[in-house]
Amino acid sequence: MRRSLLEFWRIFSCNKLGLLGGFLVLSAVAAALFAPALTPHHPVDVMRDANGRGLTFAPPSVHGPLGTDDAGRDIWTELIYGARVSLTVGFMAGFIAMFVGSLFGITAGYFGGWVDNLLMRVTDVLLVIPDLPLMLVLVATLRQMDLHVSPLIIIILVIGLLYWTSTARLIRSQVLTIKERQFVSRARAIGAGHGHIVRKHILPQIMPLIVANTVLTISTAILVESGLAFLGLGDPTKPSWGTMLNFAFDRNAVTNGAWWFYLPPGLAIVWVSLGCILLGNVLEEMLNPRLTAHHLEDDENMIAIPASEGK
Amino acid sequence: MSERHPAHASAALAGTADPIKRPILSVRHLTTEFIPPRGMQGKSARALEDVSFDVMPGQTVGLVGESGCGKTTTLMSVMRLLPSTGRIINGQVNFKGRDLLAIDERQMRKVRWREMAIVFQGAMNALNPVMKIGDQIREGILLHDMLDREAAEERVGELLEMVGIPRARRDQYPHQYSGGMRQRAMIAMALACSPDVLFADEPTTALDVMIQAQVLELLRDIQKALGLAIVLVTHDLGVVAEVCDSVVVMYGGKVAEYGNADQIYNHPQHPYTQRLLASFPDVNTPTAQLTSIPGTPPRLTDLPAGCRFHPRCDARVAKCSEVSPPLITISEGHFAACYLCHGQEAHF
Repeated sequence: MRRSLLEFWRIFSCNKLGLLGGFLVLSAVAAALFAPALTPHHPVDVMRDANGRGLTFAPPSVHGPLGTDDAGRDIWTELIYGARVSLTVGFMAGFIAMFVGSLFGITAGYFGGWVDNLLMRVTDVLLVIPDLPLMLVLVATLRQMDLHVSPLIIIILVIGLLYWTSTARLIRSQVLTIKERQFVSRARAIGAGHGHIVRKHILPQIMPLIVANTVLTISTAILVESGLAFLGLGDPTKPSWGTMLNFAFDRNAVTNGAWWFYLPPGLAIVWVSLGCILLGNVLEEMLNPRLTAHHLEDDENMIAIPASEGK
Repeated sequence: MSERHPAHASAALAGTADPIKRPILSVRHLTTEFIPPRGMQGKSARALEDVSFDVMPGQTVGLVGESGCGKTTTLMSVMRLLPSTGRIINGQVNFKGRDLLAIDERQMRKVRWREMAIVFQGAMNALNPVMKIGDQIREGILLHDMLDREAAEERVGELLEMVGIPRARRDQYPHQYSGGMRQRAMIAMALACSPDVLFADEPTTALDVMIQAQVLELLRDIQKALGLAIVLVTHDLGVVAEVCDSVVVMYGGKVAEYGNADQIYNHPQHPYTQRLLASFPDVNTPTAQLTSIPGTPPRLTDLPAGCRFHPRCDARVAKCSEVSPPLITISEGHFAACYLCHGQEAHF
């Protein structure tokens, strides 16, 4: 296990785009995790000048590193605390979507027949409804309903439970081709049941697809959460990057020329999304063992002997 | 499967049978159809009709015939591994005292690999490309709880060495093996649970002649050492002559002729068998002209009335295109389905 991890790293480290993607994602995760250590302030603290007056819309040259917003709060602090919210929503919703999508895709593809029909019609229905308006309605309605859950949980669930459709289709089509392969017949000939075949023969084949897609879905989830929050459906007590953008536009950052208010959260979203996309593409390539062949090494023990002498 | 015929399984059926020995596997009246997938136009295809033969312990039976005559379908029907469009509509597969077509899927799963294993046509496709060879050989052993992990590992090593592959290559993937090695690994895999019957579906197709000889030799050595019965599907009559005790000649999903190797080679009765033999080179008469059989095997969705071979047969009589000829007993253990043959109608 350890050796294969080392091997994995050895190959991964040769891929510059993959390294860049990994760096982008990991740096954002690190900033979120170590937020208190990276800033002396708290996101709700109001910055004041030497005379005790609130610093509103202070540019980075006056208050470093990224200036302050309309209420005098430190943008850098808001940004790294916002990373916690954006990334949590992104990762949780991404994992839920992948889990549901993989489950539906594998079940539909492997069993076929009416199971496939039912699951794919559900998928079709979800696919044809435009997702942003649907999510707006769902999030807004659910928040009205006094469910005693945090608005963030609602957003995570809505994104996670709506964004599995393309994954399900992708995985289903992959499973359809794999289950017709002869090694699946062989597995049946061995006496394997459905569970064994799916676990040992289907899943390892689509795992690269699942992993790569998870990373890509995470980036989608982050973008969608930003969109919802920008439209005012975020949790104002736990501002994400989208919420920051919403604040910036609400409070006329653009007319005030306070580019330091709206650029950082926008760039942060790009930063993580780009990282996820680069990482996803590289992982998909790497996790496919057929592409990582270290071909026949020069090893005496590896030479085959004719069948007749091999006894 | 309501109209199943009563079994008359008797050891005297197979030509070479020692009368005391009972067949380990006897296939009776096996009839299989492929139905078109739902929503698709088309007729169902009768891939097998009334196929019967016996497999004696420790012997090799050859299934021969042109492509598409039902050889592989026979194996898949016996192992109940037909694709979802395939249906066994009649017949019995008596194996070690029970009818495999009557037991449920769970019991069938226990029979597979532990009691009957198969070497698939084209080893590359039958091996999982992302699983180590050793793990694939071990899979069946662990699945049937034959051995614990450590002992299974030792068994994998033994099996690999038995087929002439160094143990060190246990951890390699199929693409790192050569074609012949993959086929040998498939054989090692099939032997993992010490089955009683081994099905070999064209094990030498797509291998070069040297490797073909090696693989056949390996199969023969293994049979000698382990005493298992082999059902060999092939269209290479040379291979059949070399390794088979009895031969089933199939045409269009039916048994055309069935007998021991000597009967089939030296006294072929069915015109199809005769033409098939004439189309193969013979060392004893190297100057003889090779002949081909004009035409192609019938489409299974559009079978000719009467004898399925009659459109290509140069010895046909009027009756041939009307009623399908029954299997006639020519001599003990030798049967042919042709009106030109004389004898009692055979009852299986």
